[in-house]
Amino acid sequence: MEIKDLPAVKNNVISEHIREAFSEMGRTSLFGIRFFKEAFSPPYEFKELLLQCYNIGFKSLFLVSVTGFIMGVVLTLQSRPTLAEFGAESWLPGMVALSLIKEIAPVITALICAGKIASGIGAELGSMKVTEQIDAMEVSAINPFKYLVVTRVMATTLMIPLLVVFAGAIGMLGSYAGFNIHNHISVFRFFSKAFESVGFDDLIPAIIKTFFFGFAIGIIGCYKGYTASQGTESVGKAANSAVVTASLTIFIIDMLAVQIIDLL
Amino acid sequence: MTESINIIEIKGLRKSFGDNQILKGMDLNIRKGENVVVLGKSGSGKSVLIKCIVCLIEADEGSIKVFEKDITQLDNTELNEVRLKMGFLFQNAALYDSMTVRENLDFPLRRTHKDLSEQERETMVISALSDVGLEKSIDKMPSELSGGMRKRVGLARSLILKPEIMLYDEPTTGLDTVTSREISELILEMQNKNKTTSIIITHDMACAKLTGDRVVVFKEGVIAAEGTYDELERSNDIWVKSFFN
Repeated sequence: MEIKDLPAVKNNVISEHIREAFSEMGRTSLFGIRFFKEAFSPPYEFKELLLQCYNIGFKSLFLVSVTGFIMGVVLTLQSRPTLAEFGAESWLPGMVALSLIKEIAPVITALICAGKIASGIGAELGSMKVTEQIDAMEVSAINPFKYLVVTRVMATTLMIPLLVVFAGAIGMLGSYAGFNIHNHISVFRFFSKAFESVGFDDLIPAIIKTFFFGFAIGIIGCYKGYTASQGTESVGKAANSAVVTASLTIFIIDMLAVQIIDLL
Repeated sequence: MTESINIIEIKGLRKSFGDNQILKGMDLNIRKGENVVVLGKSGSGKSVLIKCIVCLIEADEGSIKVFEKDITQLDNTELNEVRLKMGFLFQNAALYDSMTVRENLDFPLRRTHKDLSEQERETMVISALSDVGLEKSIDKMPSELSGGMRKRVGLARSLILKPEIMLYDEPTTGLDTVTSREISELILEMQNKNKTTSIIITHDMACAKLTGDRVVVFKEGVIAAEGTYDELERSNDIWVKSFFN
């Protein structure tokens, strides 16, 4: 190959990657459309949905609690010196509450869940795919999409907002603990000052976007696992790709949400 | 006992994956009660054929009539009705690894026979497991079972729905000689007990000899030879002979 040919080859490779990325987006969208078709037609898998809510919600509580507490402590300790310099330390509870509720708790919790839940779903379904367990369901006249995908996506969509609210609450406790390292304030006063700054117009959009985060985590994890090609290597790839794609999607949804809220 | 009615009729079946043409106009009829063994080199389309029969893989061309219904033309509900009359034993048994043996057997039963009580389902699960000699392993997880035991549980799970047709995808692959023979004998026993029609994909000639009424040899996506085991064993065709040496 001539050196002058290299830019053309590079362009081809790049355009191939871009084409593949758009194809993948298209396939994921079709997978999402199928979810809506299957989710609203009987039979409904309530028992499996409850089990998945338990697996996804309850089993993530400890991780989300620890992360939430640390977020609160760190945010408070890092913001305090700057605010103290301007004599605005009393604004700290309100500022932390706003930051946690509007941005930090939703995004960080969603990212943690993308790491834990999307990879878990991707690996689980990928493994079921390569060991023909999904085919075994299908030949037994069981709809694997409804049983495996719909339940998991619904569970993530319902549980991620709850986990975010929980992480926010624990984060505020962490913030109180962090604030009391240098100052002394009662719990009641701290939370009164914190919630003075927070309105429903802050809370509601932040919670609404977490449903989209949850849906994205579920649908991407399921898509990557459900479409894993044959071979054990694809299970690892499905898990890895689920985390990367879900994390990126969370940031994109967050950016869009901020723009939409800004317009309203 | 083999009857003259064709329970499976395959005509002009074609399937390709990209440029790789696997099935090139396959014709095959299976009579009711018949046990047909399919032989062929790896990649000759044996597994693709049985996956087309249960619509796990969509055929490109041709018709597959099962119980006189062309399954390539059925909607999901009709297809599931046909699927309920078919059992499929996967190469690696495909047990649900998050469920116990009991749950593995109960799962398809619970979802497809909603009229059965819990007690009736439990009786059927125990009966199916005792047929394959594994009633003591009822509460074990698949990871606690050996390869042979997994195959037995897979067989019990397929047979619990009382299928009229059984499709076996290399039932003895990965097993030692003794266990392979046990599984082959079990397949034969279950065929006689349940009066099923079977297609058995195998590379194991002992299994083919024991379980097959008719043997079909695949070559490059079409049937190269067919007959009884003994007839094909005496064949002068070098390709056919290579399977029996």
